[in-house]
Amino acid sequence: MNSRDAILSRIRAAQGRAGAPSAPETAAVATYIAAHPSGPRPPSDWDPLQRLRERALSLTTTLDEVADLAAVPAAVARYLRNNQLPLNAVCWAELAALDWTSAGLQIEARETHGNDLVGITGAFCAIAETGTLMLLSGADTPGATSLLPETHIAVLPRSRIVRGMEDAWALQRAECGADAMPRAVNFISGPSRTADIEQTLVLGAHGPYRVHLVIIAA
Amino acid sequence: MQIASMHFKARAGGKLADVKLQAALRKLQGNFVKGRAERMLELDNFEEIRSAAAAIRDRTLANLDTYLQTFERNATSRGAVVHWAETIDDVNRIVCELAGIYGVTKVIKSKSMVSEECALNDALEGAGVQVVETDLGEYILQLAKEPPSHIIAPVIHKGREEIADLFAEKHHLPRQSDPALLTREAREQLRGHFLSADMGISGANFVVAETGSTVIVTNEGNGRMVTTLPRVHVAITGIEKVVATREDLTTLLRLLPRSATGQTISNYVSVTTGPAQAGEAGPQHFHIILLDGGRSKLLGTDMQPMLRCIRCGACMNHCPVYQSVGGHAYGWVYPGPMGSILTSTLGGMENALDLPQASTLCNQCGVVCPVKIPLPELMRKLRERQFVKGLRPWSERAGLRLWRYAAERPVLYARLTRLAARLLKLMGGNARLIHRLPFASGWTGGRDMPAPAGKTFRELYARRAKPEFAATGARG
Repeated sequence: MNSRDAILSRIRAAQGRAGAPSAPETAAVATYIAAHPSGPRPPSDWDPLQRLRERALSLTTTLDEVADLAAVPAAVARYLRNNQLPLNAVCWAELAALDWTSAGLQIEARETHGNDLVGITGAFCAIAETGTLMLLSGADTPGATSLLPETHIAVLPRSRIVRGMEDAWALQRAECGADAMPRAVNFISGPSRTADIEQTLVLGAHGPYRVHLVIIAA
Repeated sequence: MQIASMHFKARAGGKLADVKLQAALRKLQGNFVKGRAERMLELDNFEEIRSAAAAIRDRTLANLDTYLQTFERNATSRGAVVHWAETIDDVNRIVCELAGIYGVTKVIKSKSMVSEECALNDALEGAGVQVVETDLGEYILQLAKEPPSHIIAPVIHKGREEIADLFAEKHHLPRQSDPALLTREAREQLRGHFLSADMGISGANFVVAETGSTVIVTNEGNGRMVTTLPRVHVAITGIEKVVATREDLTTLLRLLPRSATGQTISNYVSVTTGPAQAGEAGPQHFHIILLDGGRSKLLGTDMQPMLRCIRCGACMNHCPVYQSVGGHAYGWVYPGPMGSILTSTLGGMENALDLPQASTLCNQCGVVCPVKIPLPELMRKLRERQFVKGLRPWSERAGLRLWRYAAERPVLYARLTRLAARLLKLMGGNARLIHRLPFASGWTGGRDMPAPAGKTFRELYARRAKPEFAATGARG
């Protein structure tokens, strides 16, 4: 008997069942998964944008709000200059067409190879309950852009703010397909951190030191 | 990892006398204990969520084989390869074989307690593969050649000065001791390894049957790098970690970071499904290893609730024994109350006789457990099992037999306790403190025992209860 069958038959023996899983057993599991009910959620009597703002700030994510997509380069340039950060960056393909040059920025739409100091991404959505960004990896949305640079800037339309993680999954099912999953779903809640040394909080353990969120109103 | 839990008593003595360790352990109470309490207040319906979390874990355990096969089918259909390992040796063999197949010379790892169970690093190094731990705490421990002492904060036992000395010696750089600078130094040391490794090895906090995904919850971001940058990703976890759906995962994620580190959510929750898709940068090969390692033996027994465990560490953070002796005294991968049970059940009861006894059964662990594992009850059952199997020392067994003989004879019991109470009062003298007790020198070795007042409870009760009874007797 191979390891797989040995483990599975040990499990069944321990549960007092013999042979392969019966039709009712597999049906019960399939039914539960198909229904995927949500569990109890904490009360959410707050305004999503307001809540996202509060939670993000408490995670030391900084925020900016602009009127439309065309205003993003100027907002990014302002943030980088105010924080004395480099004015060149890599970005996701979807942001390549913005007029970065007029804002005085040098932005390349490509994957990062580890030396870039600023990475600019979009986001699938943001979760107000926890101040979290949800990013889906793909050919045009590489995960490393939000991870390797010291500064991560995310651009998000206000309409993409959901209340809880359940709503984020529902949106992902609706837009990508019930069974579709990207290679990586990354939930990001503020800059990288560690408290491994004497329980002292330090930002920028391996990932970004700074996360900045630009919300587009329209 | 070799079990050294039989040395618990000897090690615990040393740990109590270790001034630096005691200072480090006090910080744990301040941050993790206080942080957890504050974060739980955010959830008005904490108990409701906690009950749901326990039910979610019980659901997959009740049909574990079916959920595991569903997970396997969905993971495989997305291009992952699922391996089944009966023992820790099987895990090591599979990983070493994969390293050979893919021509791996360097592995980067994110924190995985299952890989600690396996002593995987030793196996890989034995096969000529360089292994680099990338969680800051685990990296420090790898340099110091020490095992972790906490499942969430593995290097809690070390102070900044010790770490500063270690870095100066190993990195050949000027010594610095500020935690921010030490973290920066480790970041710079490790960045090159992230970009040059051939294989990334991670654990999995959960695996999701619905999608065939593995999930890791981290703060540093090293877990994301380990699962994103090298061309091969291997995730290793226990068979009990399966949850049914993304929604069930979501419920558990409301409790795990709050219970573990006092965070509303950890910085990174990464749900990984299959290898890189067409045109995407990322691992070309994704292997998942599911370890039994004795877990299936707990199913269908009174120890089954232990398999709900989501490894948050809250039980040890709140345990007065852990708070006093730290994790190394426990002698294996998992310390504290959950570790006492896992070491006894996965590692063998005879190897860990002191661990279920290393508890006051105060139930702090049971109260804070996010998935309602009745930890004190399980430890009590292990004590019972040790006694039934004749694994307790003869003096303890003889003592219990004597006590039982007396306890079954109320008149004799009353006389004996009356005698003992008076004798102990006498021994206490004017200070009413007993410095030495025959047969209990272990207890009085470190402290005095307060002497009893001289009368037993039953004597006092007999005197005081009568008028009370007379007054309320009419009500029956």
